[in-house]
Amino acid sequence: MILQVEDLYVAYGNIEALHGVSLEVNEGEIVTLIGANGAGKSTTLRAISGLNRPRSGAIRFQGADITRAPAHKIVAMGIGHVPEGRRVFPDMSVRENLELGAYIASPARFHQNLAEVFERFPRLKERENQRASTLSGGEQQMLALGRAMMLQPKLLLLDEPSMGLAPRLVQEIFEIVAELNRRGTTILLVEQNAAMALSIAHRAYVLETGRVVLSGPAAELRSHPAVREAYLGGAAHAD
Amino acid sequence: MATVRRNSIISAGLIVALFIVLYVMRQQGLMSAYWAMILDLALITTTSAIGLSLIYGFTGQFSLGHAAFYGIGAYVAAFITKSYGATTLNFTLALLAGALAAAVVAFLVGLPILRLRSDYLGIATLGFGVIVKVFFDNSDKLSKLLGGSMGMTGIPRITTFPWVFWSAVLVILVARNLVNSSHGRACITVREDEIAADIMGIDTTRFKMLAFTLGCAMAGLAGGLYAHLYAFLHPKSFEFLKSFDVLLIVVLGGLGSLTGTVVAGMGVVFLQEALRDVLGQEFLEWRGVVYALLLIVLMILRPQGLMGGWEFSLDRLLLRRGKGGKARGAA
Repeated sequence: MILQVEDLYVAYGNIEALHGVSLEVNEGEIVTLIGANGAGKSTTLRAISGLNRPRSGAIRFQGADITRAPAHKIVAMGIGHVPEGRRVFPDMSVRENLELGAYIASPARFHQNLAEVFERFPRLKERENQRASTLSGGEQQMLALGRAMMLQPKLLLLDEPSMGLAPRLVQEIFEIVAELNRRGTTILLVEQNAAMALSIAHRAYVLETGRVVLSGPAAELRSHPAVREAYLGGAAHAD
Repeated sequence: MATVRRNSIISAGLIVALFIVLYVMRQQGLMSAYWAMILDLALITTTSAIGLSLIYGFTGQFSLGHAAFYGIGAYVAAFITKSYGATTLNFTLALLAGALAAAVVAFLVGLPILRLRSDYLGIATLGFGVIVKVFFDNSDKLSKLLGGSMGMTGIPRITTFPWVFWSAVLVILVARNLVNSSHGRACITVREDEIAADIMGIDTTRFKMLAFTLGCAMAGLAGGLYAHLYAFLHPKSFEFLKSFDVLLIVVLGGLGSLTGTVVAGMGVVFLQEALRDVLGQEFLEWRGVVYALLLIVLMILRPQGLMGGWEFSLDRLLLRRGKGGKARGAA
């Protein structure tokens, strides 16, 4: 088990967003968190990467307690985070964004990692010296992914990679995510596009108003009546 | 590479030449004592503003207490030379002590606040500025030498042009080297998007502390020079409204541009004196209005500030390789 979240409570001021979330991610898996807006999916990711301080509960990464570790230490331990809304640095070039992704990486591997990112995302190579703000939404998502890959994280947290993208691009991004996973990166994926997420994930958790209400292998959840009803647009989706 | 080194030598040569020209002008009486003093003041103000440029312009930490740190440097330095005599060694140590005191206080103030995101620093430094002013007002209870609300008198008048000029050069060079280093890059990412910086593994608190402490040390150094230029310190010179003057310079010059800070720093001080010449002493009363108008007009016409992240670069000026000469800016 690479990541273990136990009975996590997170609050924004007086408003509690997570009421005891527990989940596990095994090495080599793609695990997805699905759920409606405000269910606490992003909050869970932000707590794992140290951006939100949990009120109680425990987060363990490769056996080490990281519940209250500062964000930069968590990154250094090997947890990459592609945040909601991508958060690329808009006034910096694609290249500079990728350099920042490798800020704490050993410089020795920089060129190799950069070459890998460019190989995976040829479009970023073409736009290497362009300002990130001039990229399309899909390209910015690729940049955010590429930037996280510059650190070669053991665990990659992906927050809504499909948000605002055309269906063809969503497909492309998910293929890349699956490919990353095949090459050894463990992935915890937060998605509203449940059908897409369940199609590449091994296991899934369904979050509702800050609680895990359902979990299991992705294939099982895809045919689970409650999931189909609430997240997969009724019975039609059975691919 | 060789050209870059050659250009560094040219830069150094230009700075020395500028120094000599200004120095000779003053010695030969080509510059009146009044304007010479304004030039000193402008350089001191710029030195302090470079500090805030690092804090706010590059790292995005909104500090409203810069004048307080300037004041701490002034009082500490003045106390030392007044107590131990005005030798060159004492003056050097006094300036360093002023800068160090400002840095230590900044560190202690920043420690609890800079962990937080957003504008808490603005509020906290505003409050801190008021506290420091009250402290200066009552400083005579600590030591009679400090003068309290009557102001501190009898400070040796030993700030000369070379001190001011080379202090400004030193501070600009330190700031420039920081900004162009990977530390500086980290500071800029904190300004651009703190959460993104966090998930790059950048220790955002550390870089905020670095910029804040170093920037306040620069204010402290400038304060020490100021104390020994006018030989009189009054708590009112360091109240929080004075912090806005520095903030104005940084915003006017353009966030993320040291060149802009220098131009605006020199410009604002000279403009103020020129306007005082034209409009008379009562202009000072209207200063707040004029500054506010200036800022409003600038924000409408050029919201990115005069320089808007652009930096003067001799390398670029001399190389001029077609479009390669286009400024990329620091941001």
